[in-house]
Amino acid sequence: MIDQPREINIQLMGKDYKVSSGLTIIAAIEYAGYKLVRGAGCRAGFCGACPTLYRRAGSHKLYTALACQTLAEDGMCLVQVPFVPVVRRPYDIEEVAPSANIILQYYPEVAACVSCNTCTRACPQGISVMDYIQTALRGDIEQTALLSFDCISCGICSSRCPADIKHYPVGQLARRIYSKYLLPRSSQLADRLDEMETEQCEVEVETMMHLSTEELRARYEQRSFETVAGRDQKHSAIQKWGTAVDPVDYRDEVEEVAY
Amino acid sequence: MKLIRGYPEYMRKSIKQVERTRPNRLEQSIPPMSLDERKALLTKFHPDFREDQKRALACGPSKGMRIHRELADLLEAQPLVTSTLDLNQIDFDVDVLIIGGGGAGTVAALWAMKEGIDPKRILIVTKLRHGDSNSTMAQGGIQAADRPNDSPATHYLDVIGGGHFTNRADLVKALVMDAPSIIAWHESLGMMYDKDADGNFVENPGGGTSRNRMHSAKDYTGLEIMRVLRDEARNAGIPVVEFAPAIELLMDDRGRVAGAVLLNLETKKYRIVKAQATILTTGGLGRLHMQQFPTTNHYGATGDGLVLAYRVGAELIDLDAIQYHPTGAAFPAQMAGLLITEKVRGMGAQPVNKDGELFVFPLEPRDVESSAFIRECYERELGIETPQGMRGVWLDSPMVDMLHGPGTIEASLPAMFRMYQRFGVDMTRDPILVFPTLHYQNGGVVADERGATNVPGLYVAGEVMGGIHGKNRLMGNSLLDFNVFGRRAGIAAANYARQAIAGKLSLAHVEEYKRQLRDAGIDNDHAAPQILPEYRGQEALERMLDIPI
Repeated sequence: MIDQPREINIQLMGKDYKVSSGLTIIAAIEYAGYKLVRGAGCRAGFCGACPTLYRRAGSHKLYTALACQTLAEDGMCLVQVPFVPVVRRPYDIEEVAPSANIILQYYPEVAACVSCNTCTRACPQGISVMDYIQTALRGDIEQTALLSFDCISCGICSSRCPADIKHYPVGQLARRIYSKYLLPRSSQLADRLDEMETEQCEVEVETMMHLSTEELRARYEQRSFETVAGRDQKHSAIQKWGTAVDPVDYRDEVEEVAY
Repeated sequence: MKLIRGYPEYMRKSIKQVERTRPNRLEQSIPPMSLDERKALLTKFHPDFREDQKRALACGPSKGMRIHRELADLLEAQPLVTSTLDLNQIDFDVDVLIIGGGGAGTVAALWAMKEGIDPKRILIVTKLRHGDSNSTMAQGGIQAADRPNDSPATHYLDVIGGGHFTNRADLVKALVMDAPSIIAWHESLGMMYDKDADGNFVENPGGGTSRNRMHSAKDYTGLEIMRVLRDEARNAGIPVVEFAPAIELLMDDRGRVAGAVLLNLETKKYRIVKAQATILTTGGLGRLHMQQFPTTNHYGATGDGLVLAYRVGAELIDLDAIQYHPTGAAFPAQMAGLLITEKVRGMGAQPVNKDGELFVFPLEPRDVESSAFIRECYERELGIETPQGMRGVWLDSPMVDMLHGPGTIEASLPAMFRMYQRFGVDMTRDPILVFPTLHYQNGGVVADERGATNVPGLYVAGEVMGGIHGKNRLMGNSLLDFNVFGRRAGIAAANYARQAIAGKLSLAHVEEYKRQLRDAGIDNDHAAPQILPEYRGQEALERMLDIPI
């Protein structure tokens, strides 16, 4: 039997609770007896639903984090910030142009950036938020798109900004303009869509649909696999996937048991 | 508890064993199982094959279907409202109601609008926030046959073989035929896919695919798709009501679905939506924690849509097949159930037990691998127990850098590396503890290729819909699925809504379902939909007084 983990003391909105140690902030709040409605989403660091403000014991500083991605510590004083009221301005993606001042047109506040770097320090994703605000200010849509890519729109940056900049809508606008107007379109995709106009593709699929299960199985087993050039095949999953013993085949062997 | 570089001391001792056997294991692996061995392992250890964990549905349109106990309990639970609820005050009167604000719901809303419905006559209602969904969490990619050496027919064969030939052919056809145009739509919306210098997509293989057709946006493919869809829906001005799950569908006096009862999760006030057409896009059920498994799913994935659809008479399919991913994180506890991509094993990391022994070929099929992990932990007792009582096996991640060179993990698995680092574990230096995790609902509500169910006025799309993937979904087909069928359901519902005139609203079907439960001898007092899972501490719950304040 493993030792029971010891308890820690935390404060939820100024009130003392004892909770099991080793829990994330979100789990510690639940352990204390709160049923979360706000402040919980994917619980895996992808959705930005659980921003948290906290102080550590013996420190006067205010920290920010995602409650699902941060451990509760003894002496923490926590408050959930489940919603940051950030203004976003609607636009028509077909009408915006990738011009140097397009972001400033929608979000003129970026010009008020005082380069304090508070946004970057507050970002739980470790994004260089201030840098992408600066690139946006310079009209560099590509860099703004690339630097902001890992954003999960939690809004912590905007809640801390002395200039009231709306960071994540700025990143979102830049990424969409960059992807739609500055990245070249896929010619292969265009070719496939042209080909599909001819109904040849549909005829091929229809042919498959009319095969018996036995014929389908035979075709499935005879599939040729694309090899991946320039990759180390020795320990590659791709090599395994490319063999006759395909990972998804096994149920056929046991289907009489359950199906 | 003292942690040494992220692990307690007793786990460090086991890690020493892993390190001791590593040099030998770098040189040699063990062979894959024979087909007979696989069969024996699966039937004995795979959760889906545990007949004692399933039971037949006692009533309703799919009566007799054997499904997991937890889900059967939910479908046979009592409704949250009775037919005496006052339906006279209509709070929202819309053409198209969409229940579920994830990928499928947002796509459906955008296409209902493109089909000519006034965006103000569309309503998305969702349990948590717009975008809180499994869609956002999808990492790997989205399949579409758009390269010259590939074709929709090849994609079709991969999908239907992956589903063990149990998929509905017309749905698979829709999936693969629509795929290229979905990617083109995404391109026009400005989604930031990984592309080469010519603008063509960087496409990777996935489990069970014979061509490289996985389009991705780094490790954040689902996040990128979802946030652009949401941005577009906001630009379009489509109304969204958040924190307002539907707790029951409404029907009209002619037996058509005609809206829903919503519950404001904060005020507990109910509201009535009258709709000409209703689309269910509620996602999956990972948070039911079948057989106590952890899950990769988001907080709201409690299978609500299945309950709602079943009570109005919609048929279900393939819900006996739940997808478990072999490598969910088991330690640290704060990561329990989170997905560790198959790529880690693909790059050479081996699963080993507490003595550092390799006990299974690392790249067995997903479910075979899962079963081997379960056997190692619960029959052979050679797993490692965490301080929280969860068992797992080691995935020897440092092997990746040893085989492919230092820095490989940081470069090719950055999200994973960062997440472990946040909790004090360096996966380039120490192995990581893993155990199978509940990942996806393969089956769902029966629908045709337009997303129409057998109940007039009710459409479905996304994970709640069944039949597309048969008994097993391939990686990269769920992001595709919600786009393809979200679009189809949005269009079909828009056209239906234009012709329909919803009659007098009714909850008579709720009484009818309760009668069926009584006739089947089911007498319980638990209620569904569940809405959210219960994670409050035991001690707090034991002393909780349910007092109105």
